[in-house]
Amino acid sequence: MNGVADPVVINLTVFVLAVFVGYHVVWTVTPALHTPLMSVTNAISGVIIVGAILAASPATVDFGSLMGALAVGLAAVNVVGGFLVTQRMLAMFRKKAPRAGAAPAKSSAGH
Amino acid sequence: MTANQVALSYLIAAVFFIFALKGLSHPETARRGNFFGMLGMTLAVLTTLVLVASGNLAMVVIAAVIGGSIGAVIARRVEMTKMPELVAAMHSLVGLSAVLIAVAAVNNPVAFGIPVPMPRGNRLELFIGSFVGAITFSGSVIAFGKLYGRIKWRLFSSAPVVFAGQHICNLVLGVAMIACGIGFFIAPDAGWAAFSAMLAIAFLLGVLLIIPIGGADMPVVISMLNSYSGWAAAGIGFSLDNPMLIISGSLVGSSGAILSYIMCKAMNRSFFNVILGGFGQEGGTAVDSAQKSVRSGSAEDVAFMLSNAESVIIVPGYGLAVARAQHAVKEMAHKLAARGVQVRYAIHPVAGRMPGHMNVLLAEAEVPYDQVFEMEDINGEFGATDVVLVLGANDVVNPLAHEKGSPIYGMPILDAHKARTVIVNKRSMAAGYAGLDNPLFYLDKTMMVFGDAKKVVEDIVKAIE
Repeated sequence: MNGVADPVVINLTVFVLAVFVGYHVVWTVTPALHTPLMSVTNAISGVIIVGAILAASPATVDFGSLMGALAVGLAAVNVVGGFLVTQRMLAMFRKKAPRAGAAPAKSSAGH
Repeated sequence: MTANQVALSYLIAAVFFIFALKGLSHPETARRGNFFGMLGMTLAVLTTLVLVASGNLAMVVIAAVIGGSIGAVIARRVEMTKMPELVAAMHSLVGLSAVLIAVAAVNNPVAFGIPVPMPRGNRLELFIGSFVGAITFSGSVIAFGKLYGRIKWRLFSSAPVVFAGQHICNLVLGVAMIACGIGFFIAPDAGWAAFSAMLAIAFLLGVLLIIPIGGADMPVVISMLNSYSGWAAAGIGFSLDNPMLIISGSLVGSSGAILSYIMCKAMNRSFFNVILGGFGQEGGTAVDSAQKSVRSGSAEDVAFMLSNAESVIIVPGYGLAVARAQHAVKEMAHKLAARGVQVRYAIHPVAGRMPGHMNVLLAEAEVPYDQVFEMEDINGEFGATDVVLVLGANDVVNPLAHEKGSPIYGMPILDAHKARTVIVNKRSMAAGYAGLDNPLFYLDKTMMVFGDAKKVVEDIVKAIE
């Protein structure tokens, strides 16, 4: 064996391993948080903004860089919107509220 | 920055994204996880900006600020009942961005470090990234329309759109799309003609793939499009030779795939059965309820039964969210708890319109998450429960699922029928999505309370003294 593996093969290696990581990590997500999972994956897939920045940044403005700028805008909606809406949702998940009294120690009173 | 430094900071960003998902294993750690996600994204974007610092950054910054502001406003204003629509809209944006980036790459490969004429390998990767992106885009637009439900256009109606030869038509289009892809692959020049034709077919295919799927199956569709949006990002990562994009895309892709699987299982449907579509087109027809008698009661009766119970399980369905009754339910639970009644909530995986939707709706109403239980965790408890209160749910508590030969046989259900007393609130006797009658309603121990969920629950709250 001589030389270095083709970048495509290395990318494929990364891809396959990442799918396994994703598979195992996502199964640990509690079903109660499946909606925040979706919104945070929306934000994470917004990382495509990296490609959009490359497309939008050439010094001469042409058709391609305009498409890139549009892609930057769309992906930015996902990035910012996705993380913020996830944060908003996660802030709602609280344990038994300490305020409004009477609530604590009720579970033991049941049976 | 050297190429190695860039690659390493991308690696850190990718690891942070994994932390973001990992954190979601528990509500306590989830917020920190989300923070890691933001950190990873910031690092990825800053690294890329440094990388292209010599270029024309003005346009990038303007576009990012506009997009980011729109995203921030939407995130702040969106109602929790509208989360499925928001998520569908966001999938479409990822899909469209992937397509635009692919178009830019075909237009000017050098900006991405790809030589001219573009090598075959890059063409194949661009083809995959852009057709998945195009299908994600148009499919998500249709899904959004179906979820939104206010646009009076046949393609956006929640009823499935089916026509003769639909599957053959899709197959032919799929083959034609691949043929155009091959045309792009072997083209001696930039290959615009084949590339554009391929994109056009992919956009059409996205529409055709989603229109036959009925509104009731939307949880599966959203999860599926979530998965597609990830694969599209991964495809673009391959074209740009960017491992971080590949990793992020794969995480999202597998997440969506797992959610689709969970949703299919919760509805006892095979994935292919869902995507081939046509389910639920006959709609909820009222069933032969006339000859069987139900016992119906008033809110006061319910209040009496609830306050004299030791344990109560509330089974919320989407009907509850439609009636905006969550806050009233929480208040009722609070009053009952103050009287020493143990109150818990039982959530079926498809209780809302997307995975985990009902949990968010209850959390928004300030229901503590440690009172909310998943199906597997609470199904054993119904037998020892005094009163089950079913609010706006139907198919997910239909005991027919346990009977061989019934259309929903095998679907996992909440065993509400095992409780000592069952109280069901519904607007009328109409059947659920599955178009089936529900024997639960005719049991001797069942009491029906007809009316709008919010009104009924508010009356119960008033009557509990």
